[in-house]
Amino acid sequence: MASDQIRNKGVNVTDHDLTFRSLSEVLQNNITPYIALLEAKDCPGIKNLMQKLMGQLMNCYIDVDSSEDEDYVQVSHNRIRCSMTSLINWYEHVTKKPDSETPSKKRTSSSRHWQSPPVVVVFKDMESFSTKVLQDFIVISSQHIHELPLVLIFGIATSPMIIHSLLPHFVSSLLCIELFQSLSCKDHLSTIIDKLLLRASFPFKLGEKVLQVLINIFLYHDFSVQNFIKGFQLCIVEHFCSQPVSVLCCQLVDAKKRADSLSHDQCENIRKLPSFRRYVESQVSEKQIALLTVDTYLKEITQKLLEDLHVYHENYLSVLRCLHVFTSFLPKYPLGKQIRELYCACLENQVWETEEYESSLQLARMLNKSDLVTMLQQCVEIFVSSSGKEFDNTVEKLKEFLTQFQKLEEEAFQEQDVSVSSQKELQKKTDLYHLQKTLLELKESRRSKKLTKFEMLRFEVVDYIDSLVRNYLVPANHKTLHEIMYFNTASVLREHLNAAPRIALHTALNNPYRYLKAFSTVVMGAEGPNADAASSDQVDDIIHARFIRAVSELELLGFIKPSKQKTDHVARLTWGGC
Amino acid sequence: MSRPGGQGRDALEVKFVPDEEVLKHIAEYTGMKVQKNKTQLVGSVKRFVKKLENISDDEAQEILEEKNYVAALGLCTQDPMGNGSSVSGGEVYSFQTPKRSSKMAELASELAQTPGQSVAPDHSKCPDKTAKAPQNNSKSCDAMNKKKEIVSTTPYRLRKRLTAPDPYLESESEYSASCSEEDEEDQKEVSTVLSGQETPAKTKAASTPPPRNTLAKKNKNKMGNLVEEYFEAHSSSKVLTSDRTLQKLRKRRLNQQTLHDLLKKAPLAYAAEIKELNQQHERLFSKWMLQLHLGFNIVLYGLGSKRDLLEKFRTSVLQESVHLVVNGYFPSITLRSILNSITEDVLNHIGTFRSPPDQLEFIIKKFKEDSSLELYVLIHNLDSQMLRGERSQQILAQLSSLPSIYLIASIDHINAPLLWDQAKLSLYNWLWYETTTFSPYVEETSYENSLLVQQSGSLALSSLTHVLRSLTLNARGIFRLLAQYQLKNKDNPSYAGLSFQDFYQQCREAFLVNSDLTLRAQLTEFRDHKLIRTKRGADGVEYLLIPVDDSTLADFLEKEDEDI
Repeated sequence: MASDQIRNKGVNVTDHDLTFRSLSEVLQNNITPYIALLEAKDCPGIKNLMQKLMGQLMNCYIDVDSSEDEDYVQVSHNRIRCSMTSLINWYEHVTKKPDSETPSKKRTSSSRHWQSPPVVVVFKDMESFSTKVLQDFIVISSQHIHELPLVLIFGIATSPMIIHSLLPHFVSSLLCIELFQSLSCKDHLSTIIDKLLLRASFPFKLGEKVLQVLINIFLYHDFSVQNFIKGFQLCIVEHFCSQPVSVLCCQLVDAKKRADSLSHDQCENIRKLPSFRRYVESQVSEKQIALLTVDTYLKEITQKLLEDLHVYHENYLSVLRCLHVFTSFLPKYPLGKQIRELYCACLENQVWETEEYESSLQLARMLNKSDLVTMLQQCVEIFVSSSGKEFDNTVEKLKEFLTQFQKLEEEAFQEQDVSVSSQKELQKKTDLYHLQKTLLELKESRRSKKLTKFEMLRFEVVDYIDSLVRNYLVPANHKTLHEIMYFNTASVLREHLNAAPRIALHTALNNPYRYLKAFSTVVMGAEGPNADAASSDQVDDIIHARFIRAVSELELLGFIKPSKQKTDHVARLTWGGC
Repeated sequence: MSRPGGQGRDALEVKFVPDEEVLKHIAEYTGMKVQKNKTQLVGSVKRFVKKLENISDDEAQEILEEKNYVAALGLCTQDPMGNGSSVSGGEVYSFQTPKRSSKMAELASELAQTPGQSVAPDHSKCPDKTAKAPQNNSKSCDAMNKKKEIVSTTPYRLRKRLTAPDPYLESESEYSASCSEEDEEDQKEVSTVLSGQETPAKTKAASTPPPRNTLAKKNKNKMGNLVEEYFEAHSSSKVLTSDRTLQKLRKRRLNQQTLHDLLKKAPLAYAAEIKELNQQHERLFSKWMLQLHLGFNIVLYGLGSKRDLLEKFRTSVLQESVHLVVNGYFPSITLRSILNSITEDVLNHIGTFRSPPDQLEFIIKKFKEDSSLELYVLIHNLDSQMLRGERSQQILAQLSSLPSIYLIASIDHINAPLLWDQAKLSLYNWLWYETTTFSPYVEETSYENSLLVQQSGSLALSSLTHVLRSLTLNARGIFRLLAQYQLKNKDNPSYAGLSFQDFYQQCREAFLVNSDLTLRAQLTEFRDHKLIRTKRGADGVEYLLIPVDDSTLADFLEKEDEDI
């Protein structure tokens, strides 16, 4: 019996569902129509397992077949005893039938499937199945393996060793185990960021804070790619809902057209943008007046600016990737290992002013040649494949660096001899004094010595990369009209995705002014208990009623609950009481 | 009333004194001012201590006859009463009610009772009596009652002390015998000192420990004294709950209706501000609609009833579309009723389902088949008692994950977010909105069985009588039998219900039914009207239960009796 294991890392429940669903879809389309997805909570016993299994298999049989005899099957489904034999009968019945009866639909699918397609059973969460159920199922089905080709897929969240600890040897020996490892959720996230955010073709971009919030939710809350996508969706919705100029957030061609047909109000909206104001202020006064008063001129400029922005994005992303090639090689990753970290850093402010950038440049100046060459090659690839048009020079320059490195290699042979000789000198037998002396001399000579050609070239390369960064990685919020593309209100995101109902309650109840007000109205009532018992009779009915309401509201909110021990006593439930 | 006697020491013989005698003994002095009496007693305690110090060495030899002892103590109590001063009787009570501050009073009363009690130390065997005392305390008013109480309140602390170091007892008695003859000056001094301490109840607690300690432990070293003191001080600060209960307010418990009326009269504070706040929330409606249609579901949180807001949302936006309002706070809402209203009213499906998951499957199938179907579900209080369960949340989550079902819900409980794990959260696909409205939870709390609202049960009662009136005489009799049986067993916590067989037997005896079948038919009718509930016990026997609280049931029977 074949058995595969899919290993999922960690506790990320939400995405696993999706993984398994897409897996079964792929299998269904390519290999076999007979797939059952089983979950531990549905299968407390072997009987439930069989029922569930057969239910799913028979249903799929209905789906594949014509819908005419649906009724018949449904009736029989209830009647059929859930046993292995009935399953085998069903399987024989199904696999024999396909050619004759149903027309086109069936044929196309059968042509894709094998002659006798295997039945695939997916156990989504192997760890939570009871061992007995699994054992029984495996032992029973292994006896029918000849009539019923069965493939089991186990989803494992921990280590693959679990299969041996869960199943005794005589059971696991019945399985032919093969291990597959699913990608970790971080990899999925990287893919999504790579394909969605780091593409110039998508005009919508996330601001630094927003991206940070989304990544933080992912890393510190759920590891759920689905939730990340949900957050991204929310960003899009919010952006187009709340930002009036987002009408221009589309492909460049469309954006130009739209910019042409902007109404006066929309023009005014553009004029209100802070980045646009900055732009206006930097212009000469006549232009300023024109920008602020003449709509057509504004539209013209807007189109130009949009184009600028588009070009900026194209260049930006290529240079970012290029920089990432360098930084991801450095020890300790001062600018982060993942491109998303680098992206965040670059979005935040001028990256070349940060300490991390400084230190990474220093580290880059110490790279060895082979690393440097491979990096340069990668950068060339990135620039060549990028859509930016300004990079022809850059590519040439980088290629020139590469050839220079090659030349150096040839020269290096000669230099090697020199270094070897100096090494040999050291190895000669000397006394301590002489050794010290020679070492000092060596040091002296090294310090004063002009940089080797390689070192000079390395400096040049690093400086060139630095200039690229300074040129192209200008933070987006320095760009005019960036508001059109970038969604920046992180607070909205945090509010709606990562809400804190307790804090809301707390702040609502925590307003001292309200309390003071409330007490001042209760004062009359509060005198009652202090005075004699007789006067407490005079507690105002309304105050009494308000008190009762307050208590029952607190109860509803879960702050207090009645203690059963004493008459009308309550226990505090929250915030450090009990 | 027989009293198990004897303290287990040869030194002292104990004789029973019946309660009546003790009472009589004290009753003689009913006219006395109690307060004065007490202070004097405390004075005598102090003198006790002094004497004790003197005699602690030779205490062992002093053995007194029991009768002498009793008499002496009696004298001791009588003596201070003789020189009474005027303090109002009401203040005695303020002493005793709060446990901690009443130490002084206790001490006094302890001594007052020693004649009777020390000889008859059985009180420790009926601690319930002492425990009840404070309650009696608060109610009794006349002097006689007070006296009685003093008898009953005898705190066992003294008793303990009395039982432990026996030899002291003798010395005590010896001393107290003499104390009456001793100089009155000393007494007065003490009493004046004490009277200064009397008024504020709390200071008394502080003043008491020294005499007690010296009394018990003077012969021990100082270290032990400190330890003792420490534990003494800390043991008494156990639980401090006020005795000021609502009952003491002499305020009738309000029922729901009057409460509602009263609150209606009360002006809503900050009406304008709240209105403005709500208008702010209302501006979000179109956004909500958009987001609902984009596959998100919306959950509202924050202080204040969100019912009106959702209502407003419903009336202003959802008028044209199919929507379902679920009042989660309603105590009898069930998952099944929600699902039923979807299948029956929205999908027009007649028929029943085996289980909620089946029903859910059906709904999902229907909605997937027909993409034109759209349903807005509004749930007030998704976190209510009835919908809190794991299963209902799971099913609601699955329901909400359908692309054409739009869920907008409100939560109030502070721990509501704990309801959902990652899987459910991703099904719900919430967008959280803080909508603090500050408006009172009128509807939501009206069903909550609030502890301060009198449970009238009128709703259940009226429905009971309504249904019963439409039934035959025999049927009423059957129900009445069950009700009576249930009331009879109301104090039995493990009462599971009346088993069917027994019930049948009873009904037969009352000539209400003639066969098993007729009874079953009748019970089915009851069950359909939700008058009874059947439960299968561990032994497979069917138990019948009326799911109404006892007071309502009693009311019902009374009413029935009137009718007949």
